Amino acid sequence: MNRRLHAVAVALLGSLGVSYATWATPPDSSPVIVIQNATILTVTKGTIERGSILIKDGKIAEVGPSVKAPKDATVIDAEGKFVTPGIIDCHSHIAIDGSVNEGSISVSSIANTAEVLNSDDIDIYRDLAGGVTTANILHGSANSIGGQTVVIKLRWGQPAAKLPFAGALPGIKFALGENPKRSNFSVPGQPKRYPATRMGVEETIRAAFTEARDYKNAWDAYNKKVSAGDKTAQPPRRDLRLDPLVEVLEGKRYVHSHCYREDEILMLLRVAKEFGFKVRTLQHVLEGYKVADELAAAGVGASTFSDWWAYKVEAYDAIPYNAALMTRRGVVVSINSDDAEEATHLNQEAAKSMKFGGLSHDEALKLVTINPAIQLGIDKRVGSIEVGKDADLVIYDRDPLSAYAVVQKTLIDGRVLFDRDQDVAGRAALEKEKKDLIAKEKAAAKKSEEKKGEHGKKPDEKKPEENAKPPASDDAKDSVNGGAQ
Amino acid sequence: MHRATLVAAACFLAGLTAAAQTPQAATTYAITHAKIFTLAGSTIDDGTLVIKDGKIAAVGASVEVPAGAQVIDGKGLQVYPGFFDSVTQMGLSEISAVSSTVDSSETGNFNPDVVAATAVSPSSEHIPVTRASGITEVLAVPASGGFDSSGSRAVLGGQASAFSLAGWTMDDMQIKRSVAMTINFPTVQTRSFDVATFSRRERPYAEAKQEYEKNLNELTDWMDRARHYAQAIGHGGPSDFERDVKLEALAPVVRGQLPVLVFADRARDIRNAVEFCDKQKLKMILAGGSEAYKVKELLRSKNIPVILRPVLTLPTEEDDPYDRLLSQPAELAQAGVKFAIGSFDNSFARRLGQNAANAAAHGLSQDDALKAVTLYPAQILGLSDQVGTLETGKLANVIITNGDPLELTTELKYLFIKGQLTSTDNRHKRLFEKYSNRPKP
Repeated sequence: MNRRLHAVAVALLGSLGVSYATWATPPDSSPVIVIQNATILTVTKGTIERGSILIKDGKIAEVGPSVKAPKDATVIDAEGKFVTPGIIDCHSHIAIDGSVNEGSISVSSIANTAEVLNSDDIDIYRDLAGGVTTANILHGSANSIGGQTVVIKLRWGQPAAKLPFAGALPGIKFALGENPKRSNFSVPGQPKRYPATRMGVEETIRAAFTEARDYKNAWDAYNKKVSAGDKTAQPPRRDLRLDPLVEVLEGKRYVHSHCYREDEILMLLRVAKEFGFKVRTLQHVLEGYKVADELAAAGVGASTFSDWWAYKVEAYDAIPYNAALMTRRGVVVSINSDDAEEATHLNQEAAKSMKFGGLSHDEALKLVTINPAIQLGIDKRVGSIEVGKDADLVIYDRDPLSAYAVVQKTLIDGRVLFDRDQDVAGRAALEKEKKDLIAKEKAAAKKSEEKKGEHGKKPDEKKPEENAKPPASDDAKDSVNGGAQ
Repeated sequence: MHRATLVAAACFLAGLTAAAQTPQAATTYAITHAKIFTLAGSTIDDGTLVIKDGKIAAVGASVEVPAGAQVIDGKGLQVYPGFFDSVTQMGLSEISAVSSTVDSSETGNFNPDVVAATAVSPSSEHIPVTRASGITEVLAVPASGGFDSSGSRAVLGGQASAFSLAGWTMDDMQIKRSVAMTINFPTVQTRSFDVATFSRRERPYAEAKQEYEKNLNELTDWMDRARHYAQAIGHGGPSDFERDVKLEALAPVVRGQLPVLVFADRARDIRNAVEFCDKQKLKMILAGGSEAYKVKELLRSKNIPVILRPVLTLPTEEDDPYDRLLSQPAELAQAGVKFAIGSFDNSFARRLGQNAANAAAHGLSQDDALKAVTLYPAQILGLSDQVGTLETGKLANVIITNGDPLELTTELKYLFIKGQLTSTDNRHKRLFEKYSNRPKP
């Protein structure tokens, strides 16, 4: 009985997570904030020792050794601390309600992560506490052409409708290699799904875009007729699966493609060329270092892991030097998480590229700030500390490219959405609230038990607190288990 | 005026490549003028470490450089014992998705007789990759899961083996063949993730409880039978005594000679495990311990050490503080619980130092963070007479760095394993060099 009670209490407490955000400034006010005495790592304009940042209307109003701050401005003294732009995670699966994979079909472009955003996902808060302010929320990697994707800001405490990054182009997930061909995964009793080879992956993409091109032509012809005044013109039948692919052809939707091996990378670039669209980012791209010149020539971004390897055959040639080598060859590179936990220390993962491949401090920091911003087409808004950009900032207690750096505050749109001191200070109250709730539940349950006891009935026992969580939604775990990201 | 052979740095570095390719006889080395963190007593600011015949021959501020020693000028460098990764699948798993390359988990639920050392592949690419991160010795633990592991987790998983991360054969590498008996402590699990169908599976509590009880009863039964068996062989046994390899493997466990490495994360599972080991008079080491903080008083009072899983792990509960696992080491240290930090992995083993540093960033002392990946695992696993500190007579598993070895950007300058100057070359470096030299197409 206690177990059931506990489960109920825990379920209730799930909603308590929201109270983490109660100290955040109400969404409609935009406080004027000055961050003072900080080492400011602007990323694009060098480092300012003992500098200040003035934040107004959610934007960076001034940056420099000193700023003209109004008297009523809220002052954050960052003496001895480091300020960076908010971390941008180019590959995330947080804030998705339910599974990340519509894995039943090989072209699942009808699915859209933007429609299943869950603003209560505690991983939003956890990643915010790791300095992440923007994330590219991707569909899984079970399909050659996967679902539609959305860029969000980690506006913890706000409803799902407020999460999307306004103005950021939507995307679509593609996937190549072992995951879409289901190498490491099969459902007993179900037939093998096409494609089962890298040859088939190419043809799946080619077939879909051939259809999309014809579909687009049909619409273009129809629109032409209409604008020529033809009142008898019949519109083609809407195809929700092909609509997003037409947007890709028209450059209105970015392609973010999961890939590993050099051959499949070049395959996708060829197919894209054939149909006249651009691949915006290659995700994981663990063998990108082998074809770095080709990536640079194609102008495609590369978003990779710091040091994951050997979890499957296509990851056996993965090297921690990947980011640095591609950077040296002129590719715009980012380091992503693909995992809610990994996202909490992307600053550390970026730092590894200094050791593996010799990137400079600035180059390493770019891997998780301005570079992913460029890849997502939002670099005019975020990714560096410059006047006019969104006030998405992280305050660290020391150089963020250290394993000892701890995030002190994270700001989005000029609002402090994570404050470590307040988080720590609020824990006792949360603990008490939890205890009180459990006590209340227990008392209520005891009462109902007594009632039931009168009728000689025993309450059902179910759901203890133990549970095996499925693997976190990162590529390797899910890919082997069936191709998530 | 010593007669040591002083090798010029340039010559010496040139020799390193050769050393990587050709077998080398044991040589005497002296690392001079280095800052030496012995982890046994205070740090020596300007000291000498002498390595001879695979062992640490001398360490101190005023140690003579022996005749014929190769000298490494350690000025500006720091010397530490190599890291000890105390839970891994090193050498047992190459590519986790390819079952033919994985030997980390035997089938069946009770396999006390299987020994990790038997299946460690000395030519695994993971070994050079891992030692390049400063890890000089590991414990390979059967049935210990690991990143992306879909293998079963037997209740009695088999024997864990400790070895150094260099050598031609397991005989070369082995520190101790049987270090601990793995137990995945039974737990009531209603929700599981089914790998074959990639779906969550739920089952009624009663069913999960039944399986838990069945496993626990069987485990108890194994221990009871092993005890009787151990008594019988202890008395010579009758002439027609039938030997049983599984019970024989458990005999040192029930005698309290071989510790049990008990995997449990939830507080209740830990409590159950402690109770079980108490009753069975087993020498328990807890592994995992995500909620060890909830039972810290119990662990301290029973003197049960813990090998913690990586601190870079999300909390168990949604409403746990976001840094719950990061701050746990500091909390355990304060409570007087002995612990080490392990990678619990193979391809992520090289994040061991990063994990220790993150624990330090969340309140653990720098000294304890370093010891959690050197001395403490050695002590917990009963191997501190051989590894874990820089003391005379211990295995010369030594790392020489240009800074804090836990920090992400610190470089490993020299690596000694069993007294051999060991190359930090590995698959990743080779691929990097190969493709760095790819001509422009």
